[in-house]
Amino acid sequence: MSVIVEGLVRRFGTTAALDGVSLAVRDGEFVALLGPSGSGKTTLLRVLAGLEPQEEGRVAIAGREMAGVPARERGIGVMFQNYALFRHMNVFDNIAFGLSVLPRGRRPGRAELTARVRELLRLTQIPELERRWPDQLSGGQRQRVALARALAIEPRLLLLDEPFGALDALVRREVRRWLRGLHDRLGITTILVTHDQEEAMELADRVALLESGRIAQFDTPSALLAAPATPFVAGFLGEAARLEGQVAGGVLRFRLPGLPPLAVALPDGPATAFLRPREVVAHPAPEGPLIRLVRATAEGEARLVVELAEDVTLDAVATPHGAVQGEWPRRQAACRLEITGAQVFGAGGARGMAGALRLAEVR
Amino acid sequence: MNATEDPLWFRALLVALAVLTGLLLLALPLAAVFTEALRRGGEAALAAILEPDTLAAIRMTLIVAAISVPLNTVGGLAAAWCIAKHDFPGKRLLVTLVELPFSVSPVISGLVFVLIFGLQGWLGPWLQARGIQVIFALPGLVLATLFVTFPFVARTVLPLMQDQGRAEEEAAATLGAGGWQIFRRVTLPNIRWALLAGVLLCNARAMGEFGAVSVVSGHIRGQTNTMPLHVEILYNEYQFAGAFAVAALLALLGLVTLAAKAVLERWSGRVAGEAG
Repeated sequence: MSVIVEGLVRRFGTTAALDGVSLAVRDGEFVALLGPSGSGKTTLLRVLAGLEPQEEGRVAIAGREMAGVPARERGIGVMFQNYALFRHMNVFDNIAFGLSVLPRGRRPGRAELTARVRELLRLTQIPELERRWPDQLSGGQRQRVALARALAIEPRLLLLDEPFGALDALVRREVRRWLRGLHDRLGITTILVTHDQEEAMELADRVALLESGRIAQFDTPSALLAAPATPFVAGFLGEAARLEGQVAGGVLRFRLPGLPPLAVALPDGPATAFLRPREVVAHPAPEGPLIRLVRATAEGEARLVVELAEDVTLDAVATPHGAVQGEWPRRQAACRLEITGAQVFGAGGARGMAGALRLAEVR
Repeated sequence: MNATEDPLWFRALLVALAVLTGLLLLALPLAAVFTEALRRGGEAALAAILEPDTLAAIRMTLIVAAISVPLNTVGGLAAAWCIAKHDFPGKRLLVTLVELPFSVSPVISGLVFVLIFGLQGWLGPWLQARGIQVIFALPGLVLATLFVTFPFVARTVLPLMQDQGRAEEEAAATLGAGGWQIFRRVTLPNIRWALLAGVLLCNARAMGEFGAVSVVSGHIRGQTNTMPLHVEILYNEYQFAGAFAVAALLALLGLVTLAAKAVLERWSGRVAGEAG
């Protein structure tokens, strides 16, 4: 079901955890709330679940106003950060809980309840765990139980709070795919809270990036990367380095030495550029900035840390692509940096894409 | 020998010290009570206990405990639940209030009740006009016991509740459970063993309380005497056999309570072990 949030405010004491959040999630969509810790993403999830009051603004789920509707009447499936399984109930009873607290008229009978729980166990691929206790389960198994428990009430909206936090990296990737597959099969509108951008980018149809209680940008992963709306977005996504410079006559010159000027369509004045490692390419050169570290990535690419000035380094990749071999690239070697693209924010928040300067443009 | 281990003689010394203290301060007095009680044989002790005044004291102790322990179980549980699972203004004040009986001398708490409900007290005349007697009667004994034993249930349950947090309650709420369902099916089962331990401790103290009860009781034999008070009376009247017989019985009640708590803890440990 659709979720509409408008001008939502939630304060804790004098600090506003949510400071005017607006968001519209479409029916069946998978949305990630991404942001650094303290950006308000979990608070937003808790307000949607009905676990925190909304102070100002409105929340409408499937067209129904949610102000004053308690959590238990919302029918929203929530998967909590540490899963919050009922420790004194076995897996079966955990999953059956939502059905067993229904008012007497709607509560399923014993046989039907068992059948429903078994179906959920199959769906989450853990039928063998039916009689186990929560503290006998691994992190991944707990997660599946928590998901099955949330799905038992047949929610049309699913909220997931850092669902992969307790899993190790290997399991995480696999579980992510599986969860996305489950979403596509069941079609439940899903909102996920995470601080891990890789997770948000891989899972979600759209990502809402939160910055201190506000939504900085809400867009598809590719649009976020291609056109970050604010310096915060540009800096948060894709490990971009932030560099200051000056624009004059359509040319951006960096304050630091060793970087080539860039062509950019911005008015004259100070500007801030965000460079992703992939957009900074190091070529072998007799002199220039020194390479301080060389690291081969899992993809076989050479990642470099280049020293621009004392205590100022920049992440880069080495040319030719996909090689760490022989003399190049190596530590302490000099290099020439080429910048293939950058996000630049000029005076007054004007934004532009910068590219390599063609020779003719240098006056 | 690893780095955190002390030399053998030092460890032996510590163990000896602990055992000696335990024997001298805990086991020896207990043994003395039972030997004194049985000095003139089991029959004499039994006869002392079967005295009508003694039986009345035993009955009074059981009645006071039977009223105050359930009340404090409910009250302590409610207080712990409020503190652990909710935020409200004045929460720290409530925490302090719960612990107040631990820090105030029982004699003072007894005196306070005399001040409030006694004939010269604030409510005394009003109550007397309606024929209700609190001080020197059962209500006074119950009130004093309630006050003194209030922290036991709350203090045993509260740390566990705080440690467990509110996540399971919140999960239950999102799954459609109402307040009472959450309490009965999630909160209560999670603390049941700690709760039982708290109830047993509360009961042990309710039966053994002397100070506060002594002030409000009036020591009317056969009417407002509880077992601890009766022990003192017998002792002051040089009826040592009777005094020690009742004392032994009281000690026995305490020991049974402790044993029950120990069994409970082992049992709950085993249940948790099976689960874990």
